[in-house]
Amino acid sequence: MIDFHGYGPSIFQGAILTIEIAFLSLFLAVTLGLLGAIAKISKNRIANGIATLYTTLIRGVPDLVLMLLIFFGGQMLMNSFTDMLYDKFEIDIFININEFIAGVITIGFIFGAYMAETFRGAFQSVDNGQIEAGKAYGMSQTQIFKRIMFPQMMRHALPGLGNNWMVLLKTTALVSIIGLADMVRLASEAAKAVHEPFTFFIPVAAVYLLLTALSELVMKKLEIRYSAGVVKG
Amino acid sequence: MESLIALLEQNEIFNPQTLLHYWDGLVMTVQLVFLSLVVGALISVPLAVLRSSDNPWISKPIWVYTYIFRGTPLLIQLYIIYYGVVYIEGIQDSMFWPVVKDAFYPCLLAFVLNTAAYTTEILRGAIATTPKGEIEAAKAYGMSWGKMIRRIVLPSAFRRALPAYGNEVIFMLHASAIASVVTIVDLTGAARDIYAQHYAPFEAYTFVAAIYLCLTFGLIYLFKYLEKKMLAHLRPLS
Repeated sequence: MIDFHGYGPSIFQGAILTIEIAFLSLFLAVTLGLLGAIAKISKNRIANGIATLYTTLIRGVPDLVLMLLIFFGGQMLMNSFTDMLYDKFEIDIFININEFIAGVITIGFIFGAYMAETFRGAFQSVDNGQIEAGKAYGMSQTQIFKRIMFPQMMRHALPGLGNNWMVLLKTTALVSIIGLADMVRLASEAAKAVHEPFTFFIPVAAVYLLLTALSELVMKKLEIRYSAGVVKG
Repeated sequence: MESLIALLEQNEIFNPQTLLHYWDGLVMTVQLVFLSLVVGALISVPLAVLRSSDNPWISKPIWVYTYIFRGTPLLIQLYIIYYGVVYIEGIQDSMFWPVVKDAFYPCLLAFVLNTAAYTTEILRGAIATTPKGEIEAAKAYGMSWGKMIRRIVLPSAFRRALPAYGNEVIFMLHASAIASVVTIVDLTGAARDIYAQHYAPFEAYTFVAAIYLCLTFGLIYLFKYLEKKMLAHLRPLS
């Protein structure tokens, strides 16, 4: 067994934190992505413009820069906001942006842009005749969305969604840079303390590898489930 | 224009000194990304050809390499190489020490290995979709394996790989920001220095984000142009 010099349990805690961040930001990203995709295919020009701006800006800037911007810059903005509240209304509060929230929001925000593009493509590949058929059956807009659009959209979106999830999972390593005690940060601190980088980084890399391998398996299962009813050539 | 100069003279952050620092960072980022892409691409071509081999003893080891490097974060790979290289037995006395002492080369090595793994898989996908008829035709002409790969398989695979490779280039540009973590002063590192100096994170990082945005758009435009040129034969008529 590898000797972790007593750092084993804390790195395990860090691994759980990594998974927490990954799932929370996935949830945020999917929500933002669906909203963005709906805005992009809508005929409302303002919604369309905002969504296009969002996806192009976010996808053009490195995730680390965005994370630093939101973490450090967001705190400054928040401080000047609370200062203003104090000056104008004598309300004395202090809002602290902690690393966990900054991390989740940034990753969710970044991948929301990628998800929006994935979902937009998927929505557009749903056959128009199907929607017309739904209308002909007298379904309401929400019924059409829930029963026809969404299940078929998911089929087209799944490969892209799976890809985005894998990239997201690996991006969570960046939260260690803004000071969050995830497994990467704990491992690097331990590695510096006992001067054994390989003992700590290689197991952490293995955990990431395990997570991506597991995700691949789940994606395969989901793809089979969502392609029910597709005639294979 | 005059108002812009006035603005530059008034504010404390974007003075000539910091702009020069950003410029140095830009040069470093471009150097790192360009070198790692060139070396990575050179490595990935033979790897992709071998990866497409029917012999599992040849293709599987390369699959393991690409799987590991694509399944773990680049940050971890960078840490392993950057912190690990010091602990290689006897490296401090060897002739490599002056090279690896600097953060630049370990970082470049991590980037090269990472991008080579992704590029290998992109190329493998392109090689796998080579039309069967082309290979049969090459064989019918009596071409040797090497000649067939060189003249038939690779040229068309490169073209088909172009859109995915464009994404990889942009991904690499964005990933290079983590070089700043290991003391390299690239664009992000320059922004961090300026933030620390003036305590103006918002301005420092927004400016650098704008530079990255311009670089990304430049690359997107370049690859759109290349695709139009190289993939002209695949464009639908009309």
